[in-house]
Amino acid sequence: MDFIAHLINGISLGSIYAIIALGYTMVYGIAKMLNFAHGDVIMIGSYVVFITVSTMGFPTIIGVVIAMVICTILGMTIEKVAYSPLRNATPLAVLITAIGVSYLLQNIALLVFGANPKSFQSVVPFPPLVLADGQLVITGVSIVAIIAGVIIMIALTLFVNKTKAGCAMKAVSEDRGAAQLMGINVNGTISLTFAIGSALAAIAGVLLCSAYPTLTPYTGSMPGIKAFTAAVFGGIGSIPGAMIGGLLLGIIEILGKAYISSQLADAIVFAVLIVVLLVKPTGIMGKKISEKV
Amino acid sequence: MLKNMKKTTKSNIITYGMVIVAYVVMQALVNGGGISNLIQGLLVPLCAYSILAVSLNLTVGILGELSLGHAGFMCIGAFVSAAFSKMNATTIENDLLRFIIAIILAAICAGIMGILIGIPVLRLKGDYLAIVTLAFGEIIKNIMNVIYLGVDSKGLHFCMTKASDLNMEKDGKIIINGATGITGTPHSSNFTIGIILLIITLIVVLNLINSRSGRAIMAIRDNYIAAESIGIDITKYKMLAFSISAMLAGVAGALYSHNLSTLAATSKNFGYNMSIMILVFVVLGGIGNVRGSIIAAVILTLLPELLRALNDYRMLMYAILLIVLMLFNSSPAGIAFRERSRLKKILHKKKEEV
Amino acid sequence: MRRKIVSLLMATLVAVTAIAGCGNSGGSASSAASGAAGGDTIKIGSIGPVTGAAALYGEAVKNGAQLAVDEINAAGGINGVKIEFKFEDDEHDPEKSVNAYNTLKDWGMQILMGTVTTNPCVAVTEKTAADKMFQLTPSASSQDVIAKDNVFQVCFTDPNQGIASAKYIGEHKLGTKVAVLYNSSDVYSKGIYEKFMEESKNQTTYTVVAEEAFTDESKTDFSAQLNKFKSAGADLVFCPFYYEVAAVVLKQADSMKYAPTFFGVDGMDGILGVENFDKKLAENVVLLTPFVADAKDEKTQKFVEAYKKAYNATPIQFAADAYDAIYIIKAAMEKGGVKSTMKTEEICNLMKDAITQISFDGLTGTAMKWTKDGAVNKEPKAMVIKNGAYTAMD
Repeated sequence: MDFIAHLINGISLGSIYAIIALGYTMVYGIAKMLNFAHGDVIMIGSYVVFITVSTMGFPTIIGVVIAMVICTILGMTIEKVAYSPLRNATPLAVLITAIGVSYLLQNIALLVFGANPKSFQSVVPFPPLVLADGQLVITGVSIVAIIAGVIIMIALTLFVNKTKAGCAMKAVSEDRGAAQLMGINVNGTISLTFAIGSALAAIAGVLLCSAYPTLTPYTGSMPGIKAFTAAVFGGIGSIPGAMIGGLLLGIIEILGKAYISSQLADAIVFAVLIVVLLVKPTGIMGKKISEKV
Repeated sequence: MLKNMKKTTKSNIITYGMVIVAYVVMQALVNGGGISNLIQGLLVPLCAYSILAVSLNLTVGILGELSLGHAGFMCIGAFVSAAFSKMNATTIENDLLRFIIAIILAAICAGIMGILIGIPVLRLKGDYLAIVTLAFGEIIKNIMNVIYLGVDSKGLHFCMTKASDLNMEKDGKIIINGATGITGTPHSSNFTIGIILLIITLIVVLNLINSRSGRAIMAIRDNYIAAESIGIDITKYKMLAFSISAMLAGVAGALYSHNLSTLAATSKNFGYNMSIMILVFVVLGGIGNVRGSIIAAVILTLLPELLRALNDYRMLMYAILLIVLMLFNSSPAGIAFRERSRLKKILHKKKEEV
Repeated sequence: MRRKIVSLLMATLVAVTAIAGCGNSGGSASSAASGAAGGDTIKIGSIGPVTGAAALYGEAVKNGAQLAVDEINAAGGINGVKIEFKFEDDEHDPEKSVNAYNTLKDWGMQILMGTVTTNPCVAVTEKTAADKMFQLTPSASSQDVIAKDNVFQVCFTDPNQGIASAKYIGEHKLGTKVAVLYNSSDVYSKGIYEKFMEESKNQTTYTVVAEEAFTDESKTDFSAQLNKFKSAGADLVFCPFYYEVAAVVLKQADSMKYAPTFFGVDGMDGILGVENFDKKLAENVVLLTPFVADAKDEKTQKFVEAYKKAYNATPIQFAADAYDAIYIIKAAMEKGGVKSTMKTEEICNLMKDAITQISFDGLTGTAMKWTKDGAVNKEPKAMVIKNGAYTAMD
């Protein structure tokens, strides 16, 4: 029974990682950059929900929608101001700029909201599911996180494969120059990707803070790194890969904490990552690209 | 005379000259008392960060592989050397001798770790390599946080659970106390040693770049298939660059740990935050540019300290400056702006006159 | 291309060193002054994290100390001279903390009230000991901090609290099966945990059935640990860590329908002040602490009111410790007859003696006394949370 309880906790954590990883993987696939500021967009989204729902008393749904809108605008602004001028620079330059943006968002949040942690009230109204005489309790957030993760993954897959904008994304990620020649608006497509990624970040933020109810200016950074790991785990650039990577990471982390050592849980997660990458160098679902001479 | 020299030799002489001039000027200022305590206190960290930046530049700039776990090697060097110094604080009385042995130990351990990690890691490419180095860095930090090491009359005790499991005698002394780390490291670092280590680092790196091995490494960076086809042993040269880089990071770690009386592995000093910070030095200084790495390390370490007058807005301003510097340095618009700038034109004119 | 980058960097360097140069001239002037003394003000410096993940502690100390400084200055200062107070950020990093200390030294600091967190504090004590500067830390609680003879503490040392907690649980039979959760990367938490485990061996009314750790990097998810406690049947969870983490633990325990007694130490104070925290969850939490924000005595009420007015927040224990620290410095200065014109070393020697002779009544304890080793002697009080407010236990 213990094992099942741990497993469910792991799946719930994994679903949240997966939603964050989806944002990472989309942006990486199209813009070929590691957006280290993604975790901090999550944090901003959570603060927006905190203010609208807990302080101003809006209904949950409206709060989440406002958060998504604000994060979308934020994501597109960041892309426009900080990343797009570096479109032709080395990927490393963009990486460093992303780190700068990450520091910037953290410090703005610190100045605006202060250092004191906020206790985030769960926005999920469902009561927990009690099974097996109270020995097994599945929280409402876990259920919502799992369902949301699956829905988002399916929606994204459909979007990328069935819509015109989605196909444009695929084209840009394959070959930016060729896509441009085919009349695809590359800048617009990249902007759209950032918009979607940031909206996902808002949802992930709400779920993250509902499940682990504390909110500080640094809330986003560790889950951000973990989700990045998850995205690589699954094969960066691949949507189902991000989902699988996220879930596996969550499960390994919780089981590692429960059965091996709560202090070494992170080391275990990273060790598994290394093993996976050594066996399959482009991640679980990653495509193998052979290099031409 | 300078004109007849090879371009690289000239550039190297400028680099060494810059470090030596900086040392002489700073030393004169320290002795003359014309320098603030803050700058005086920063001299050793500046050397340590410069060494780190130069050593990472070897991996990122010369070998062409993105490493996000450089702080892990620094962590190994710092802990090994600090543990050694603390254990032998009474047995080896000569401070300098003890420190030199500690530095050598740090370099060896970090180098071995570099080889061990390099074997699996260097088979990967690009961002996958980056994430695996990040993972190794985090694992090293995480494991350092659960190591307990004590010494008593029976010898060394080691465990990975908690201090009471060491089962030491009454006279036992805890050297590494888990996440609390090491306290009471002797303060052996000073500016002169820092500069000597920096110069040794420069000699190692610059000579490597200009040697046969260095050219082989750069050939691998530029096109590994072509390099392989002309018979360059890719694994050997990759390992060479990676392990030397790790060794030098270990040296920087030793310098760092002997400058502070307390040492704990947090994400701030030995986690990915630090790895990324070192990477920022390298990228801002120019990838592959050794002199640039040193200058960038110095500027970016000084910057947050000099911004202290801004109080609450300090780190905010730092973040903004970082973004602006990157945009100015790397974006096409920024480069074009610099082209137009007057200073450049004047310089060009002068060149033409000559 | 590369040359351009270098030239640009050079230009920036010139600019930066120009700024540094300006700083220097100011710095050297004041460091010269610190030798021969400041004159009509006494300069007290303080260091702590106000950015980074530990910012809330530094912020509280900064505010609490500022409040005390303003009060003292309004009332005419210490021995007739006003206090000049300056706070520097250290991001909870030993290296940055030493930088902050050097910055304050350049400013002309005569007494250091800091630093806030333990590890940076140990690094700074080495410097203050070398410079012979008097140092009083409000909240760095490890024993390593007071290894030097010029350093004194306002808060308890960790072992004190662990032993007191174990005894209290045993004597009052609060639980039979005890689980311990602690932060292994925090000196404070680990110190209390170790002593608690030692003392628990002597207690007959309970057994420790489970012990689990977490780290600073994983302090948002406790589902695995709590699940284990639950299946071990623990009816009391000892929580030697800070309130903002405790808020998460309580909430997660509630969401998985696990309701043991939670027993905290002084770091737990502040839990009722966490914004948006559901106070019902903290019902029946027991904590052993010298300070709670809604204590009924006049001194605390006055302080809390002033703090709320100035900073729009409820003070936590760190703020109270810092507030006391400034008044302790005042008391010791008056006792020792310290003048602002004295040299730093002279002040240090006088203060070292004076502080062991005073008995101080403050927010965080009455009749506090210090021994030469730097530790404070005061009594913690047991509090229990009833109806959303702290109430004394006995």
